[in-house]
Amino acid sequence: MYRYDEFDHAFVQARVAQFSDQVERRLAGELTEEQFRPLRLMNGVYLQLHAYMLRVAIPYGTLSSRQMRMLAHIARTYDKGYGHFTTRQNIQFHWPALSDIPAALADLASVEMHALQTSGNCIRNISADHFAGAAADEVADPRPYAEIMRQWSSVHPEFSYLPRKFKIALTGSNRDRAAIQTYDIGLHLKRNEAGELGFTVWVGGGQGRTPLLAKKIRDFLPRQHLLSYVTAIMRVYNLHGRRDNKWKARIKILVHEMGAQEFARQVEAEWETLKDGDLKLPQADIDAINAYFAPPPLVDRPEGDEAVRLDRLDSRSFSDWLNRNVTTHHHPDYAAVTISLKNIGETPGDMSDSQMDAVADLAERYAFDEIRVSHEQNLVLPHVARADLKAVYDALVEIGLATANIDLISDIIACPGLDYCTLANARSIPVAQQIALRFASLERQRDIGELKLNISGCINACGHHHVGHIGILGVEKKGAELYQVTLGGAADENAAIGEIIGRGFGPDEIVDVIETLVETYLAIRSDRSERFLDVYRRLGAAPFKEALYGAEAKAA
Amino acid sequence: MKIMTANRLVDGEVVWYGNGQWIETIDGAEIVVDPAEEARLEALGKQAMAANLILDLALIDIEVVDGAIRPKRLRERIRAAGPTIRNDLGKQARTQLSRAA
Repeated sequence: MYRYDEFDHAFVQARVAQFSDQVERRLAGELTEEQFRPLRLMNGVYLQLHAYMLRVAIPYGTLSSRQMRMLAHIARTYDKGYGHFTTRQNIQFHWPALSDIPAALADLASVEMHALQTSGNCIRNISADHFAGAAADEVADPRPYAEIMRQWSSVHPEFSYLPRKFKIALTGSNRDRAAIQTYDIGLHLKRNEAGELGFTVWVGGGQGRTPLLAKKIRDFLPRQHLLSYVTAIMRVYNLHGRRDNKWKARIKILVHEMGAQEFARQVEAEWETLKDGDLKLPQADIDAINAYFAPPPLVDRPEGDEAVRLDRLDSRSFSDWLNRNVTTHHHPDYAAVTISLKNIGETPGDMSDSQMDAVADLAERYAFDEIRVSHEQNLVLPHVARADLKAVYDALVEIGLATANIDLISDIIACPGLDYCTLANARSIPVAQQIALRFASLERQRDIGELKLNISGCINACGHHHVGHIGILGVEKKGAELYQVTLGGAADENAAIGEIIGRGFGPDEIVDVIETLVETYLAIRSDRSERFLDVYRRLGAAPFKEALYGAEAKAA
Repeated sequence: MKIMTANRLVDGEVVWYGNGQWIETIDGAEIVVDPAEEARLEALGKQAMAANLILDLALIDIEVVDGAIRPKRLRERIRAAGPTIRNDLGKQARTQLSRAA
């Protein structure tokens, strides 16, 4: 893992001192809310429905056990004993007092964490594949490049007041688990024919009110040019991005209106002036950052194969968990374990302080002290010896985190919605809970197969509803909650924006609607290997509309 | 009918204006029914903002049901009670505690 150098420590501590002073002046009445608001947002402090909210950055979703224990401490000491992992691989605390936040930030700084750039019109926390450095299908670990960009973008003077917020994601595999086509910039790390590492560059993706998939503007960018090329993109955006209308200010609108070809031409022209200058990454620096992300010492543990085979025979529930929550590692004796934060009937992404402590202990004991947060709001232990899988499973059962539902219908992405969020128009969490309870039987869920269901409580789409196989968007209509359904979205390498299927449904109808969609799928799939999304792609929305709206659909 | 609500500066606690002060439960909020009274309340709210006691000030629509104040919007009902999915959190948790005591 990356460790702060002297500069990082001094920088983060200086920011804590600066923000502590700002909070003190606000509480003493020396700063108005108008003056203070942009300052608190730069430090991850929002005001939500019930209280302030502190959003803590988890760079590229990577945590050590020590850091996870600190998150547990923050939850216990300054909040109400839990935290909420977000679709941006960050964590939010929903109840801190403003007067306590400087102390919380000081505690976070002691474990190399902060809340910088988790809000505001700047380059936000950079995300990456949650299996980075572990996945068998990975070409190279994308996190060193995310770390290089983290350092470069932190309080970057030129890019701290952009037209709008700016999000970057990276993957190092052809299989995109980081949803890069839904990002302002998506970077796909790969090798060219000569075996050199570089990036395919995607620009202008985003969800929200105007969902658009990113456009590929460069097939291969040699890695030493990462910062110069991204700077060129930022400059074209900073120059031409709209500042007169918040809803048209994201780079996706610029790329869409300018056209990807013209946008790329302007980026290339700007890049020509930058590519051989100070921003060109020296090989020694690339190597130095890469060294921080060297794989842990994965000694051979060949006894795992036999152990897993026997334990499978012994326990059906362990076998089910292996099938759903365990992913192939590049070392044959190891595996990546996904810890579902989607217990049936509970809040997606929420975790108690004691569970955080317990997972920190597990990571320390069995997973080389590494934990990841996925954008799907689960946790990952990226390097677990197969010989230790049963012990990890048993420990997860003890703390109530062994639900074997990854990628099934109850593995729902959901934003906090109207239960917490000041932007929301409708609740998300109770809808997620009721759907999970309706499909509570894991046997039924496995029969349905992979089905990504995402819920947002407003059009800002933090719950990624546009790219769910089934997406649910909560809106407010005549003072009541109403839920619109989209079908056919996808966030992977074959990304797609879902299609709205028709009029919305009330809170008391939406669970039945989802069940009707699922039953329709089950009735028309060719066989079990044809997923919900495959059926939608083969037959379109018609059979689903017919099932939901009947004659109404035919008339339309 | 309207009442005035805000969040308390120091800790973000949801508060309402009633009986000349900022109170932590909706029950005692002062109800106003005409534009002149709304303006009076709003002026008091702005004074409290200027005095850095509160932020996010709003006058909200309510109705009185069985003698109790009920905000018309779900958003405000959730602010008055707490998250609907965790009744151990927010104002509703205190009601439970006091009932249990």
